[in-house]
Amino acid sequence: MAHAYTPGLKVTKGTIIARERRLPLKGEVVVSIGDNVTCDTIVARTELPGDVQPINLAGLLSVSPQDLEGYVLKKSGDKIKKDEVIAETKGIFGLMKTQVKSPIDGVIESISNVTGQAILRNPPTPVEVDAYIDAKVTKLFENEGVMVETYATFVQGIFGIGGEAKGIITPIVDSPDKPITIDMITPEHKGKIIIGGSLVTVDVLRKAAEIGCVGIVVGGIWDYDLKEFLGYDIGVAITGSEEKGISLIITEGFGEMAMADKTFKLLIENKDNKASINGATQIRAGVMRPEVIIPKEAKQVEEEKGKKDKISKGLEVGSSIRIIREPHFGSIGKVTNLPPELQKIETEAKVRILEAELESGEKVKVPRANVELIEE
Amino acid sequence: MKDELQTILATDCGSTTTKAILIEKKGDEYRLVTRGEAPTTVESPFEDVTRGVLNAIREVEELTNKKILEGEKVIKPRKNENEGVDIYISTSSAGGGLQMMVAGVVKSMTAESAARAALGAGAIVMETIASNDRRLPHQRVEIVRRLRPDMILLSGGVDGGTISHVAELAELIGAADPRPRFGTGYNLPVIYAGNKEARDIIRKILENKTDLAIVDNLRPTLERENLVPARNKIHELFMEHVMAHAPGYKKLMDWTDVSIMPTPGAVGSLIDYLAKHEEIDAIGVDIGGATTDVFSVFGGVFNRTVSANLGMSYSISNVLAESGVENILRWAPFDIDEKDLRNRIRNKMIRPTTIPQTLRELEIEQAIAREALRLAFVQHQKMAVGLKGVQQERTISDTFAQAATGITLVDMMSLNILIGSGGALSHAPRRVQGALMLIDAFLPQGITRLGVDSIFMMPHLGVLAAVNEDAAIEVFYKDCLIPLGTCIAPVGNAKRFGLPCVKITIGDEELRVNYGDMVRIPLGIGENKMVNIETERGFYIGPNKERKLDTEISGGVSGIIIDARGRPFHLPENKEERINKLSEWIKALDVYPA
Repeated sequence: MAHAYTPGLKVTKGTIIARERRLPLKGEVVVSIGDNVTCDTIVARTELPGDVQPINLAGLLSVSPQDLEGYVLKKSGDKIKKDEVIAETKGIFGLMKTQVKSPIDGVIESISNVTGQAILRNPPTPVEVDAYIDAKVTKLFENEGVMVETYATFVQGIFGIGGEAKGIITPIVDSPDKPITIDMITPEHKGKIIIGGSLVTVDVLRKAAEIGCVGIVVGGIWDYDLKEFLGYDIGVAITGSEEKGISLIITEGFGEMAMADKTFKLLIENKDNKASINGATQIRAGVMRPEVIIPKEAKQVEEEKGKKDKISKGLEVGSSIRIIREPHFGSIGKVTNLPPELQKIETEAKVRILEAELESGEKVKVPRANVELIEE
Repeated sequence: MKDELQTILATDCGSTTTKAILIEKKGDEYRLVTRGEAPTTVESPFEDVTRGVLNAIREVEELTNKKILEGEKVIKPRKNENEGVDIYISTSSAGGGLQMMVAGVVKSMTAESAARAALGAGAIVMETIASNDRRLPHQRVEIVRRLRPDMILLSGGVDGGTISHVAELAELIGAADPRPRFGTGYNLPVIYAGNKEARDIIRKILENKTDLAIVDNLRPTLERENLVPARNKIHELFMEHVMAHAPGYKKLMDWTDVSIMPTPGAVGSLIDYLAKHEEIDAIGVDIGGATTDVFSVFGGVFNRTVSANLGMSYSISNVLAESGVENILRWAPFDIDEKDLRNRIRNKMIRPTTIPQTLRELEIEQAIAREALRLAFVQHQKMAVGLKGVQQERTISDTFAQAATGITLVDMMSLNILIGSGGALSHAPRRVQGALMLIDAFLPQGITRLGVDSIFMMPHLGVLAAVNEDAAIEVFYKDCLIPLGTCIAPVGNAKRFGLPCVKITIGDEELRVNYGDMVRIPLGIGENKMVNIETERGFYIGPNKERKLDTEISGGVSGIIIDARGRPFHLPENKEERINKLSEWIKALDVYPA
């Protein structure tokens, strides 16, 4: 395969961002095509069927399942109230009755004369989906949701935790190679998305979550600290459902790593702007990376639509790259040569390599699989 | 069809790469001609698996100068030597493969049989629910609702046995109203393979809520498993539902001459054919980026397990979570800070396509691979067991030997061949690294042949075996399997390292190996030699605890490896001693560049 390099994460000043906003099951869409929505606008809602609770009626009444019918006071589909009697034995002369009361408010889903079991269902829970970003509704998925679209500054991270959040971009360090320290976090950061430099620690995360900061975007984190913060080791790379009160987006990787200059500058430029972020990451079929979306003026959308997406040319001499594995992890350089033949590296594996000159002036040979293209 | 086959085209659509191979009959033998690959195109922007398939086939065309495609169609049948193929077959694991949930009445009996049926068909078993799994009913419902399997296999009750328990499970499944993983427009397939007398009731409960299929009971009696009907139904539904809803598969299904098989199902079939063909006990392992599959055939009984979250890229962090950092660190022949190791593993997870550039990084990856393999094998041993709940006739003499039913079928002493596949094993820069990883993870006992799949061709050959078994086996031995050699590992332990363990005589040469040492003797591919093995007291080498053995052993790229580290195997607990020992073994076997 000719394209062995990893395509870089997207970090761009302006692009069209479209997001599907779908319900987990069918429901009602409450906006129309062309509507301008803010990130908090509800676009679709539905009701999730309530949880079910099986109850062994035959067992509780001490009758056989086949005979159950004669003792049940309700039928499938009937509404029930908590503590309402749903089945009872006749007793002796109307006394000594055994009764089964409903443990919940809800409905009777089914009663079985095979198992003697009744299935009760709790009332449905309402579910709403918001627009997530300030945008325009461009497509409707009947009974399911909408597509919203906006022109925005867009930054993809490499890994994140926590789901969607919205807040104000608030840089907290003045240089991408500076770590965030605990004393930098103050109550003013409530509702803010903090932009850090090279490192966030467990103490900083805890304090930020405590004061109500909604998100942190930073270069790196020690895995050890992440485990401390979550209380467990992340197994498979599927995140987004963590409920720690804060979303975290790592832009470079694990360990102390200066945020890439371009990313840092772009985020600094957007100081005090409103942003939507999502820490959800899936590194498997259907890769999903965490993201920062900072919507821009709506008028720019039409202009941008006319332009075609720039086609990535792939690796070539002169391309800017970042090395994404030891040694030289995180270094940035320019490709100076792309020898086509396989070459033996230190491990004795024969792989396609590239030659590059790093920003420090050092010349290195790196497997092509270990670089990522910095897309301009 | 079998006799006419001259040219065979096979593809395997993996989650990242689609691989195509071309096999031709030359004279009397089937041989691999070439192999092409291209990125899989199930995801956006393509969302059509056939794009990747065509690209991979085009690479085969370019490499062979043959015309296989006419536009976007495979030319069939073959027109002449340079145009067209006789048959086109394919396997697939794209889109996460087949994910199933199984249910049964008793966890260790029907539920376990159901899990075996699903695994054997090539599925990942996401969850097993059973009437006696100690979960509350609402918790079971919650599980069914939360996981979105591709299908559910419901079993329970031997024929004529319990009806109410299996009906209860069906009610819970019905109440959960499970939704399939792909698409919202169709009902979830549920296969019922339980007590035949409960069929009408199951129909009543599930027919309107799910796409219900009924097959023969997979455990008609406690003494017998009948997994084939359930397995076949799983394959059929996999094609009809899962594959048909995956992007581009409808087209691909039209192109292939036999059903598309789930990739691990095909690898399993091949190992099964192989073991039965040679009448041997075999283990195959495929370590991928996301999952590790283990296949075994012992005494003719085939078993497969998949460790869905043990792998070398996407799932690498889970290896760390499951094995613990100490277990990975113990294989590193140097001192490394735990925090540093954790960061390295996570960085591999988030950038799964990177490769180790330095020797140290390679050694760390291979340490992790050992743990992934070991854990997958432990899971396999637990699943590959005899039937539980079987009544045994006992005589007076048996009462003292309380052998439990359901003991593992895996017997490392009777194992003849151990075959590895997947990047970590097949692409290790030195073949002996693959051999040592297999030995460390599986700890074979006695005499065991080792091999690796050279270019991950086993899936293609597995599906080919369904059409032409001989061709598949022929190509497997000639072009797919790379013999690594033979491992000789006496069982037993001495009081301390350095005491005599085993004497090996090959011809006039005699070699004495001490306890705790490893030795490598060159013996090339295709070379066989008679050896005489004699162990010291406290050790044995044969299945009947023989201390002396004369046997013929075969060579390979790594030759003969004598592993006198003892079984059970223990690494020294003292860090310095452990690092010294690891370094000694690495040097003795010439595992890494000096």
